Amino acid sequence: MAETFANATQVLEPFRGIKKVTIEEYFTSGHRTCQGCESALIMKLMVKAAGPRTIVLGSTGCMYVANTTYYTTPWVVPWMHTQLGSSGSAALGTAAGLKALMRKGKMKAEPINVIAFCGDGGGADMGLNGISATLTHKDYNCLILLYDNESYANTDIQLSGMTPYGANTTFSPPGSVKRIIHTRWKKNMAPMMAVGHPECRYVATVCGSYAVEMMNKVRRALTIGGPTFIHSLDPCPKGWDYDPMLSHELGELAIETGIFPLYEVEEGIVKYYGKTKSLVEGRARKPVREYLLKQGRFAHFTEEDLAYFQAKIDEMWQKWEIPGVIPFRQLERSKAAVDVK
Amino acid sequence: MTPTATQTAPAVGEDKELLISGSEAVAEALTLADIDVVTGYPIRPYDTVIQAIAKKIANGQLVAEYIVAEGEHSQFEIVKHASMVNARVFCGSSGVGWAYAMECLVVTPPLRVPMLALVGNRALDDPGAFGVEHNDALFVRDLGWMLCWIDTSQEALDTTLIGYRVAEDRRILLPLAISADGAFLTHSQALTMVPPRSKVDKYLPRYDRGDLQLHPDNPITVAPQANEDWVIEIRRQNDEAMKRAYTVIEEAYADFRRVFGRGPDNPWFEEYMTDDAEIILLGMGTISLPIKVGIRNMRAKGKKVGLVRLRWFRPFPTDRLVAALSKAKAIGVIDRDYSFGSPFASGVVANEVRAAMYNAEKRPPLLSFISGLGGREVTLEDVYKATDLCYTAANSGKADAKTHWLGVRE
Repeated sequence: MAETFANATQVLEPFRGIKKVTIEEYFTSGHRTCQGCESALIMKLMVKAAGPRTIVLGSTGCMYVANTTYYTTPWVVPWMHTQLGSSGSAALGTAAGLKALMRKGKMKAEPINVIAFCGDGGGADMGLNGISATLTHKDYNCLILLYDNESYANTDIQLSGMTPYGANTTFSPPGSVKRIIHTRWKKNMAPMMAVGHPECRYVATVCGSYAVEMMNKVRRALTIGGPTFIHSLDPCPKGWDYDPMLSHELGELAIETGIFPLYEVEEGIVKYYGKTKSLVEGRARKPVREYLLKQGRFAHFTEEDLAYFQAKIDEMWQKWEIPGVIPFRQLERSKAAVDVK
Repeated sequence: MTPTATQTAPAVGEDKELLISGSEAVAEALTLADIDVVTGYPIRPYDTVIQAIAKKIANGQLVAEYIVAEGEHSQFEIVKHASMVNARVFCGSSGVGWAYAMECLVVTPPLRVPMLALVGNRALDDPGAFGVEHNDALFVRDLGWMLCWIDTSQEALDTTLIGYRVAEDRRILLPLAISADGAFLTHSQALTMVPPRSKVDKYLPRYDRGDLQLHPDNPITVAPQANEDWVIEIRRQNDEAMKRAYTVIEEAYADFRRVFGRGPDNPWFEEYMTDDAEIILLGMGTISLPIKVGIRNMRAKGKKVGLVRLRWFRPFPTDRLVAALSKAKAIGVIDRDYSFGSPFASGVVANEVRAAMYNAEKRPPLLSFISGLGGREVTLEDVYKATDLCYTAANSGKADAKTHWLGVRE
């Protein structure tokens, strides 16, 4: 009996529209994030979606340092700091502790949501191995949410493995001889998690510009159970250098230009949603320059840089096996079939 | 059939005698303590304890969440977080594995996580060596970890039970690393009394963090950003907890003797033939064996030599140790570690003892030795040589201000 409970999840039905969203907040006043901070919004939506029977673990980053000052915590649910690279192990350890105590009758058996969040540095750089390991532990229910503001935005805006090509950060400033210091292309994080961990039952990308959708992805992940992963793209006024009132608009542009596709991978099935779905169905993508040139971090871009960036995005949609998601290309199908024989 | 660690201790009744290694003895204790979450990652020699636990879980003797992590960093983080929700946890490591977990070792004491870790002491890389050195566990000597060194399988089992009792005490809530010399103890079997569960249940209460537990019914925020406003007060709380450990450790050993009918009167160190000793040698761990044999041989020739084997290094038993050592005409500290560039280029233990003796009324000459690094055997010749040098100092009343490396090819 206890065993069944220890593996059970909370059944969280999707919110059917903004007016159906519950009124209670579990991330309230007390934080000191920047004006226009989308990551703080993601925290609020994440835990609103999860509800009160939830434990949240936060790895080092903006959402630790700026959110959680001693004596002024915004968290209504239990919250604990974990090390920069530890979101995976924090989620796993908490879930394992709860499960052990419940199945041994040392704690009242009930499904408790466990969510660990990490920034792009803590998740896609330092914490990658821990997250990867956790996504293979199918017996533990936990969600890892990566809030991606595309730099180490708390420390001073240094580039991470998730910083877009060419962006001006304090570790990649444009100079008189070298215009582009950061020449690496951003990691394809959500598909890496989905493809690399066949027993992870749910991976999704979200954006705070679409709040209800975002909350419903969190609810879906927690309901499905096992270890799950959500990647959120969070416009960051400080790191991206734009007027804070444009945060939502930039989130929308990231989707409309095709730079950041919205999809969920449930039990191995890829499902596009929102505006990404209409892009896949043939609606024209907006040019990337509309997105890039609204941000100071790309102010040094020349036409050549913009063309390069556009070409990379075009490739995502025109050449990838699963457009915007999986970058593999197959040999021509008939030839591949012959090779197999 | 030879008894092995896979045999179950009887549920009730008397102790059972098993031939088991130090690592297997720890696994017996962990089973008796009914740990909830255990994490492993392969590195020799501590890993033998995880092998023994895995077998116990496979055989249904222990019910626990058993997680093989992808590195020591995660290994220690996983149990840290499990402990926060009230799970009794265990892990361990050796050498550079312990170093790989360093960030997590740092945060465990201020979070007041009473985890137990077995350090199978191992030389640090490079060059590669499986053998014992104590530098690995000593990494954390300043950070709020309690540290002790054990010598036998029996002590491994008993100290594990005592360890949970001390670490989980609400007055303490600090992690404990139990150090076992790689190979010499982790892999060497000896007859060990394994108590029945009924006795352990009488001795070891269930772990409960109370209002420090992370749970939706107790929605606390743990480890927010404190900065200069509060960090020094939090460090001071850690300091107080470590100071309270003196009393709690004394209590835990006294109660252990009462329930199990064995165990030392003095938790802090073992004294061997020190009553009339002119020379006292001091060391930690399995180095006691060649020293004890050497002492018996030397006493047959009229040399009054004794041994203090230090068990608890943190908290450091300053007063009691000073009282024991002040009786001697000279002290020889044999370190199985190094501290390059330290005062007198001595090992860590020698300098700790020097510091402890500084305010003592009677300060015998103290000689510093480094020996047995990388798992090299400490020989009787090494012990005789150290003793002779101690006698020279005792006769002149003055220690040579240098550190002697024993058994080194020059």
